[in-house]
Amino acid sequence: MIEIKELTKRFGSKPVVNNVSVKIQPRAITSFIGPNGAGKSTLLSMVSRLLDADTGEVLLDESNVKKWKSDQFAKRVSILKQSNYLNVRLTVRELISFGRYPYSKGRLTDEDEQFIDQAIDYMNLGDMQDKFLDELSGGQKQRAFIAMVIAQDTDYILLDEPLNNLDMKHSVQIMKILRKLVDELGKTVVIVLHDINFASVYSDYIVALKNGSVVKSGPTVEIINRDALREIYDMDIPVQEQNGCRICVYFNSY
Amino acid sequence: MIFNELLENKWIMGIKMRLWMLIIAAIILSIVSLFIGAIDIKPSDLLDWESQEMQIFLISRLPRLLAIILAGAGMSIAGLIMQSLSRNKFVSPTTAGTLDAAKLGILISMLFFTNVSYTQQVIFSFAFALVGTLLFMQILDRIKFKDVIFVPLIGIMYGNILSSITTFFAYEGDLIQNINSWLMGSFTLIIAGRYELLYLSIPAIILAYIYANKFTVAGMGEDFAKNLGLSYKWVLNIGLILVAIIATTVVLTVGVIPFLGLIVPNIVSIYLGDNLRKTIPHTAVMGIVFLLICDILGRVVVYPYEIPVNVTVAVIGSAIFLIMLFRGRAYAK
Repeated sequence: MIEIKELTKRFGSKPVVNNVSVKIQPRAITSFIGPNGAGKSTLLSMVSRLLDADTGEVLLDESNVKKWKSDQFAKRVSILKQSNYLNVRLTVRELISFGRYPYSKGRLTDEDEQFIDQAIDYMNLGDMQDKFLDELSGGQKQRAFIAMVIAQDTDYILLDEPLNNLDMKHSVQIMKILRKLVDELGKTVVIVLHDINFASVYSDYIVALKNGSVVKSGPTVEIINRDALREIYDMDIPVQEQNGCRICVYFNSY
Repeated sequence: MIFNELLENKWIMGIKMRLWMLIIAAIILSIVSLFIGAIDIKPSDLLDWESQEMQIFLISRLPRLLAIILAGAGMSIAGLIMQSLSRNKFVSPTTAGTLDAAKLGILISMLFFTNVSYTQQVIFSFAFALVGTLLFMQILDRIKFKDVIFVPLIGIMYGNILSSITTFFAYEGDLIQNINSWLMGSFTLIIAGRYELLYLSIPAIILAYIYANKFTVAGMGEDFAKNLGLSYKWVLNIGLILVAIIATTVVLTVGVIPFLGLIVPNIVSIYLGDNLRKTIPHTAVMGIVFLLICDILGRVVVYPYEIPVNVTVAVIGSAIFLIMLFRGRAYAK
């Protein structure tokens, strides 16, 4: 269980994340949403130890994440950030193998190979496992990175804007995979999302941030309604129900 | 056109380069290298331990070959480590100021101690190579515009600044001649007793292989490394120390060999990728092959005189480097 307690981070004198407290529900998708500069990515980076908080703490199983040993932590929590790995020529399988690094330190055992094979099967990457990453499309590459995280076999999977640069088809594909990770493998997924409708349709819980503070947080139904959305985005957004999905029609709002 | 084919990479990709091919090439070239020179030595001369030919063989030819092998493998691996850690295909000891910093270290040691010992030179050169490379990595961290071409250009400018500082102090201290002898990479003066420092690069190369996986992970970026529980700073420092050891030993014995650490790892990367566990053996042997070819050419072209190896490496290397630059954006992105 991950618990964020009174977390604050300043860049200069300006607080980017300001006194945030959130409990992450296990075996569910939690989405961080909010306008640009709300502090979503910074918050996720602190949870995953990529950034140090100024004050406050993040607890994993009731002990501060800073106190965890790096390799033990890497077996419990994984993070995929939106960065450019384009210039590294690894094959898909090599990349996925590195997911086992916290366990094997690079000397793969038979058990590691099994995890790698399963991850490849799970993400349907079998026929492209020997291709170099720079030969893949954006969606395929994203799937390869998610397969690596599956091989890493952590309870918690954190993703920073995984839909960036993906077209509609691949965005839907990735979100369905994340849903499967929760429903079939019992993972806990925390995700920073830009698109409110992907958050609405696929997440169980939503944490809405604005200017570094939590405006609203709770089950998706409580957040995706006109009043809550006005508070988060300063926009009047009608919500329509379509095939059981609650869609925010923000395109002509003011 | 040949040039276009090279650009499109058909030649290199067409041949499935295997490690054994490179090793066989290295062995054949080694034998050729042993029997080329102003004095004709036949294999049959070596049967007599007392002969003059045998003495030349042991004092000059064999040390020369060993020096080429160690320098070739070492410089290529140093380049590979730097490219991985800086995440830039065109960063190498030549294009990041490492060699210039090592040279500056040697000069400072000469200015500090009137009768400078070899050990003092080694320590100063190592310290400067390490700090100089570290400084470049810090600069790299700070610049926002990380273009593949732009970064090595900064590195070359940085190296030239270090180099002009060296020249200035060398001029003031009347050491110009001394320093210029370090500039010229050459195996001509390698004889038994003058190259043994190079053996220090053997443990560095072995360590590089042991750390290969860590370098690959670190090469995916700090966030990626941290996600896998790897201590990024630690691996970065180990890598830079290995580079500094190799660069120091080569500069102090052979001199500056440009381009080697730049082109060899890149050629291997094109056909084998960037997984260091896989590419280090190829890189080492290809570095040896490349340097052997350049040295043999330098000895044959104006026989019985010699062209210093840094000249032949620079001519062949800069041509290959240009080709890589032209097709650079296609794969180095």
